[in-house]
Amino acid sequence: MLSEYSLGDLGAIFAMQAFAGLILFSVYLLMALGLAIIFGQMNVINMAHGEFMILGAYATYLCSHIFQTYAPGLYGGYFFVAMVFAFLLSGGLGLLVEWLLIRHLYTRPLDTLLATWGLSLILQQSFRSIFGAREVGVELPGWMMGSLPLGGAVEVQINGLFVMALTLFITGMVALLLFRSRWGLHVRAVLSNRVMADAAGINTQRVDRLTFGLGCGIAGIAGAAFTMIGSTGPTAGQLYIVDTFLVVVFGGAQSLLGTVFSALSISQSQSVMEFFMSGSMAKVITLLFVIGLLMLRPQGLFVLKIRR
Amino acid sequence: MSNNTDFLLALENVSVSFDGFKAVSDLNLYIEKGELRVIIGPNGAGKTTVLDLICGRTRLSSGSIKFNNREITRHSEQDIVKLGIGRKFQTPSIYEDLTVFENLEISFPRGRSVTGALFWKRTREITEQVHLTAQTIFLEKLLDSPAGLLSHGQKQWLEIGMLLIQDPELLMLDEPVAGMSVAERAKTAELLNVVIRNRSVIVIEHDMKFVESIAHRVTVLHQGKVLAEGRMDAIQANPEVREVYLGH
Amino acid sequence: MYEALTNDRKLELIGIAAIALLIVVALPLSLDIFRLNLIGKYLTYAFVAVGLVLCWGHTGILSLGQGVFFGLGGYCIAMYLKLEASTPEATSIQSTPGIPDFMDWNQLTALPFFWVPFKSLPLALTAVILVPTLIAFILGYALFKRRVGGVYFAIITQALAAVLTILIIGRQDFTGGINGITDLRTLMGWDIRTDSAKYILYFVCCFLLLGSMLLARQVVSSKLGRILIAVRDKEERVRFSGYDPAHFKIFVFCLASAIAAVGGAMFTLQVGFMSPSFIGIVPSIEMVILCAVGGRHSLIGAVAGALLVNWGKTLFSESFPELWLFAMGGLFIGVVLAFPRGLAGLFTDQLLPLFQRRLAVKQADPTTVPAE
Repeated sequence: MLSEYSLGDLGAIFAMQAFAGLILFSVYLLMALGLAIIFGQMNVINMAHGEFMILGAYATYLCSHIFQTYAPGLYGGYFFVAMVFAFLLSGGLGLLVEWLLIRHLYTRPLDTLLATWGLSLILQQSFRSIFGAREVGVELPGWMMGSLPLGGAVEVQINGLFVMALTLFITGMVALLLFRSRWGLHVRAVLSNRVMADAAGINTQRVDRLTFGLGCGIAGIAGAAFTMIGSTGPTAGQLYIVDTFLVVVFGGAQSLLGTVFSALSISQSQSVMEFFMSGSMAKVITLLFVIGLLMLRPQGLFVLKIRR
Repeated sequence: MSNNTDFLLALENVSVSFDGFKAVSDLNLYIEKGELRVIIGPNGAGKTTVLDLICGRTRLSSGSIKFNNREITRHSEQDIVKLGIGRKFQTPSIYEDLTVFENLEISFPRGRSVTGALFWKRTREITEQVHLTAQTIFLEKLLDSPAGLLSHGQKQWLEIGMLLIQDPELLMLDEPVAGMSVAERAKTAELLNVVIRNRSVIVIEHDMKFVESIAHRVTVLHQGKVLAEGRMDAIQANPEVREVYLGH
Repeated sequence: MYEALTNDRKLELIGIAAIALLIVVALPLSLDIFRLNLIGKYLTYAFVAVGLVLCWGHTGILSLGQGVFFGLGGYCIAMYLKLEASTPEATSIQSTPGIPDFMDWNQLTALPFFWVPFKSLPLALTAVILVPTLIAFILGYALFKRRVGGVYFAIITQALAAVLTILIIGRQDFTGGINGITDLRTLMGWDIRTDSAKYILYFVCCFLLLGSMLLARQVVSSKLGRILIAVRDKEERVRFSGYDPAHFKIFVFCLASAIAAVGGAMFTLQVGFMSPSFIGIVPSIEMVILCAVGGRHSLIGAVAGALLVNWGKTLFSESFPELWLFAMGGLFIGVVLAFPRGLAGLFTDQLLPLFQRRLAVKQADPTTVPAE
């Protein structure tokens, strides 16, 4: 099938697919970041993570409407306000959920999984009741529309580029927070030895709550970014949750670098394969490949060898 | 290097490192049949790691471990158990949701495959063996209680009983009297004297009185290496040992 | 958390007898065939729940992909029924007569090779058990031998459910796609759509379910059952008792999957079709909640949970469809937070002691009525 295309065409196709893959990578990574922090530190599987993302998307959608109605002149900058709003809303809900639900279940990870699944159902139905079952989209600000020519037949969309830049920025911030801040120090201390950290005067409960809130807040930002490249529906979050979990597990739950790398490899392979076969087959092969690799290396790609 | 020896257990040039940290380096340790060996050493000397290596819980980086002249470094934990090595953990490790009887029955060294367990028959021989063991570990009145309801000391005894019924050739005990009351300690010493009959034993212990009362030979570990080895009185006189361990 | 295992044994037998009385006698006498057929459908989910009691409740392995095995069992029998319904005479208007209609619509001109064995009923029935068990075995062997468990296992089985649904929907020429395999008519010439056939299939389903419960009970009360509990609570220690936990986990996972597959096959026979909507992530996790509501440790609870939750679902989605997801979500959270041992736990921990205390008071002093 490759012989139908000239070399130049092939190059362009690969570049386009790779770019599409990079956008998928951004969504995966933004979602996986929050998930990885929560799973890595607290061993909590948050099945409602996709819904926290969608909450951020709806928050952005609301913001865009408010700006359109009350301050159309400032519409170009609405996204940044929306992003902060999405972060605070999802993060705030995260704090509440941790306090009401998660903290009672720390010793029972499998039960947390079921409870957060229940939460995701409730959130989905709430979205449906409030925003309707139809998908909603936001109008992009003028500067985000259009595309940049990159030589030859290759063009990249500005909104895609923006989402990527945002992803890199957020990832960098998380890395800074984890490795350079006092909170990050506490998180890592709790991660390596919860009892000892407790004894050393770290308020582990507070660290847990903040971590959960932060993870959910990042999901909110992911949702805000998501509106720039696609439309939002009540069940859109569920579509991504399994993929993102595989990203987290594949990368090694406690490694930021691993998460980035696995998000990149999974999104790229899926995106490039999508060109050669139907999207669903590409997904099947990617998932099976990840499952296969996990059987070979159950601890994930990046993980420290530690004394049990 | 000894290729064929009378030793029951031979560790030769054993090293293990965790991400660069050498927990055990170039360790040689030989246990004879019927010997009772006590391993002492300050915290972090690698005592528990040595037991972990022998029973297959931790993989060594280099070296060899032979049991009855058979290399066991690549064996899984359960296969090492089947060869005749039993291990008691530092904190009591028993099945809390099962009764004392069931704990002992599970430890009986037969019917260990899936089918063997599915078509298991509780014969009179097994019941008698369980009752006998329960008597030895002072739990004959509690056979039908769930193990989770036992006191800390009783749990330790139950675990010793589970090893007793397993009847290993080599028994490894990690701090068997830790966390016990004085009365329980005395009873445990009495129990251990029964347990160590007809087999080789490795004990890790901090309690020097207890060590003096049971030890044949003592190995002192320090920073993952053997610092000294010999009879208890010789060890106590060794200035190097006094320096790192007994001095305080 | 201690379970009064030996006392439960007798109670369990009484419970199974009560379930038998309910589904074999009481319900058929009091419901019309439409409702009874619905109950039969709920009972097919109870098979999955019984399997989950074994692998989740007793062994601590949470599989979020039981829909896969339920669905495979259902598809195996559906393929046979579809081939029987697709005789050259019945499909003479197709461009290729004699193959299932959806294949013809998708321009297939010959039966795919993996459909051929399903022309024979014995082979199809064998496949109902064998195919899901084999997949469970491969997955279990690969994961449990590598000591992958807990949440990792849950996520991987969930991914498997996603993979299979995408695969079935994506290859509609082989599978009938999202509509599934529909328009099933006869089993060896016997019309399964008539009321009398529905009655018979309902009873077959009941007896298979009761048989599965007794089998599960047999397994649980053997030494293997106690090893499963030991694996759940202290897997590491089990190795030092000389057992390979992986073997026991593989066994129980295969058994649970086989039982789920029988449920799937009975679903196809009673409902008359099979589709990917019973395989994916959502149905699979709903099967877990049936088991959790009933009590993850209790076989009787699992059946009761399957009946109650599905009955509630039908009731809710008939009258307030938008409330169903709230109720379902609340159920997940409520059961996990407040009643981790489910209805069965509520019964044995709360109701039974109350009852026994009253009984004891009455026996001790028959002249006085216990004060309220």
